[in-house]
Amino acid sequence: MSEGTVLVETREIRPAAGRRPFIEHSLVQLTLVRFREFWREPEAVFWVFVFPILLTTGLGIAFRNRPADVVKVGAVGPQLAGAMRTNKSLSVELLDRAAGEQALRAGRIVLLAVPAADGVVTYRYDDTNPEGRNAKLLVDRTVQHAAGAHDPVAAADDLVREPGSRYIDFLVPGLLGMNLMGSGIWGLGFAIVDARRKKLLKRLIASPMPRSQYLLSFLLARLAMLYIEVAALIGFGAWVFGVPVRGSLWELAILCLLSSLSFSALGLLTASRVRTIEGASGLMNFIMLPMWIFSGVFFSSDRFPNMLQPFVRALPLTAVIDALRAQILQGVSLSQLTPQLAIITGWLVVCFFTALKLFRWR
Amino acid sequence: MQLRNHDVADDTGLMPTLPSRLPVCVRGLRKVYSDVVAVDGLDLDVRAGECFGLLGPNGAGKTTTIEICEGLTPQDAGTVELLGLRWETDANELRQRLGVQLQETQLSEKLTVDETVRLFRSFYRQGPSASEVIAMVQLEEKHKSRVGGLSGGQKQRLAMACALVGDPDLLFLDEPTTGLDPQARRQVWDLIERFKSEGRNVILTTHYMDEAERLCDRVAVMDHGKIIALGTPRELIASIGAEHMVEFSVVDGTGPVDLAALERLDGVRVARCENGGYQLHVSELHRAVAALFGELSGRRIPLTELRTHSATLEDVFVSLTGRHLRDE
Repeated sequence: MSEGTVLVETREIRPAAGRRPFIEHSLVQLTLVRFREFWREPEAVFWVFVFPILLTTGLGIAFRNRPADVVKVGAVGPQLAGAMRTNKSLSVELLDRAAGEQALRAGRIVLLAVPAADGVVTYRYDDTNPEGRNAKLLVDRTVQHAAGAHDPVAAADDLVREPGSRYIDFLVPGLLGMNLMGSGIWGLGFAIVDARRKKLLKRLIASPMPRSQYLLSFLLARLAMLYIEVAALIGFGAWVFGVPVRGSLWELAILCLLSSLSFSALGLLTASRVRTIEGASGLMNFIMLPMWIFSGVFFSSDRFPNMLQPFVRALPLTAVIDALRAQILQGVSLSQLTPQLAIITGWLVVCFFTALKLFRWR
Repeated sequence: MQLRNHDVADDTGLMPTLPSRLPVCVRGLRKVYSDVVAVDGLDLDVRAGECFGLLGPNGAGKTTTIEICEGLTPQDAGTVELLGLRWETDANELRQRLGVQLQETQLSEKLTVDETVRLFRSFYRQGPSASEVIAMVQLEEKHKSRVGGLSGGQKQRLAMACALVGDPDLLFLDEPTTGLDPQARRQVWDLIERFKSEGRNVILTTHYMDEAERLCDRVAVMDHGKIIALGTPRELIASIGAEHMVEFSVVDGTGPVDLAALERLDGVRVARCENGGYQLHVSELHRAVAALFGELSGRRIPLTELRTHSATLEDVFVSLTGRHLRDE
C-alpha cells in the first residue's frame, strides 16, 4: 500500500512485462480502431463501397452498347416508308409532314425523309449529330437499293465487338481512380481532423503511444480496405459488364497501392493543421474539385485545350487514371508507365514530407 | 476526516530527504502566450503519496501548469522534474509512468468501453488488464457499450480508466468533475480516494473548493499564474483566523452599518462589505451572533437575512483576492 512512497526504488526492480500477444500490440490495436471506426460509420461504408458500384451500374446501363441499335426515322408517304422498312436496322414511322417536323424537333426521330413530286427525296436531319449522319447514310442506301441500285464492289461484314473499347470499359478505371482518391483523402483527413478537434490527438500523445504508429495504422487500414474496394469495383465491372482486366493482377495491386499511398499523403497534408471539420471539408473539396473536373474520370482529359494540358497531366488523379486505363484495358506493363508512376511517386514524396513538417498534434 | 489524518501521518513519516526524490519538483516555471503571462515563476513540490490540488478560478494558469507537467506544452523558463526524470531527456519513460486525464478529451464514440481501454492498455509496457481497470472504475456492466452512449459521469470514469491503465506512479487530473451531476461527482471522488489510499501521487486541478477540501492533502491556491497560498486545506482555512463565516443583510436605507463597530464585536475577526451585504469572519460563532443581534437592535437596524457557514477554501480565496473562485 505504501508503494508510491518508495516509488523510485520499486519501479526499477519490477519484473519486465512478458511478451504480449500479437492482438495487444499497439499497432494492431490502433489499426483495429481504424477498422472499427470505419465499419461503424454506415455512411462511410456506403460512399466507399456501395456508391461506386451504383454509379458504375447507372452509367453502364445508360451508355450500354445496344447490339442491334435501331435508328428511329420518319417518312412522309407510305411508298417511301415501305422502301425504308426493308432495312431491319431502321425503325420507320409513317408521318405527315407537320407531325414529322414535330417528331424531329422533339428528338423522337433523327431523320425525316420527304418525297417530292419530281422523284427527289429530301432528307431532313442535323448533320452535326453523328446519329443523324449515320441515319442519312443508312436511309439513303436503303432507298437507293429499293429503287434497284447495285453495289459495284461486293462486300461482306465481319463484326468485331471487343470488350475494352466501350464506354463502360473507359469508365471503370476512371471510377476506380476517383474512389482511391476519395477514400485516401477523406479517410485519412477527416479521421485526423476529427481526433484533433475532440482533443483525442492530444490525449494520445500524452500516452506513450509511438506517434509513427498512429499514422502507420491509417496506412495499414487503408491498405486492407483498398484491396476490398478495388476487388469490389473491378470484380463488379468484370462480372456484370464484362470489363476486361488485361494487365497482370500483381501490377494492378502495386499500382493501386502506390496511388492510394499518394492520395493518403495528400490527405495527411490536408489534415496537418486544420482544427475544424468545416475547414477540412472545404480544403478537401478545394483540392479534389480540379481533379474531378480535369483528370478524365468520365471523359478523356485529352479534350481539354493544349494550353491546359501541362496542368492536367501534373494532377495525381490524371496520372493514376491514365495508368489504370492503360494497365487494365490494354495490359500495358508498369515498366511502360514510367511517366505516370513518376508523377504519382512525386506527389507521394512531396506531400508526405511536407505533411510531417507541418503536422500538429493539437 | 479519518482519511485525512491517516494521510498526514503517512506524509510526515516517510517524507523523502532529497528534493529530487519528490514525485514532482517544479522550479521557476514560466509560460507566456502572446501577451498573457499564463504561468509566472511557479515553484511546486509534491511529496510522495500526496494528493495535491491546484485550486483557482478559470484562467489562473492551472491547466497550463498541469499540461507543462504532462509534457504537452513546452515551458518558456523553469525546470520540471517528475519522479526524478525530465521531459528533455526521459520523455518516453515519463509517458510510461504518468497517468493523464485532460479537461476536454472526447474519446471515440464508436468504440466500446472495452475497446477503448484495450487501446490505451496497448501503449503501456505494464499495468492491470483492461477488464481489471474497467472493474476498478465500475463500468463492468457497460464494457460492451459504445462510448457515445455513456453518461457524462461514465465517460469521465472511462477517461480515468485510460489514465490508470498503465499503472501510473503519478496521476494528473485536470478538473475531473467539472460538468458532472452531484452523484457522478461523488463516484469520481470515491475513485480518486481509492487511488490515494494506495499511496499513489495525484495532482488535480479544480475550481470546486469542496472537491479540494475533500480530496487534497495539500492545496496550492493559484491566481494570475502564481501560487498565492499553499498548505493543507485546514491550514489554509486556519490562516484566515476564523472558523466560521456570518453573512447578513439589513433593510435598505437603514445602513450603512459601521464596519469598525462590527469588528469590535465579541468573537469577530474581520468585517467586510460585499454586494450590499456584510460578511464577518468569526472565531466563536455563538458569541459573535449574539453580539451582532445586540449591536443591530441597539441601532434599530432590522435584519433581512442571516447565514452562517464553516469557513471553506472559497473564503480563503476571497480573503486573499477579494474575488470569488467562480467569478468569470
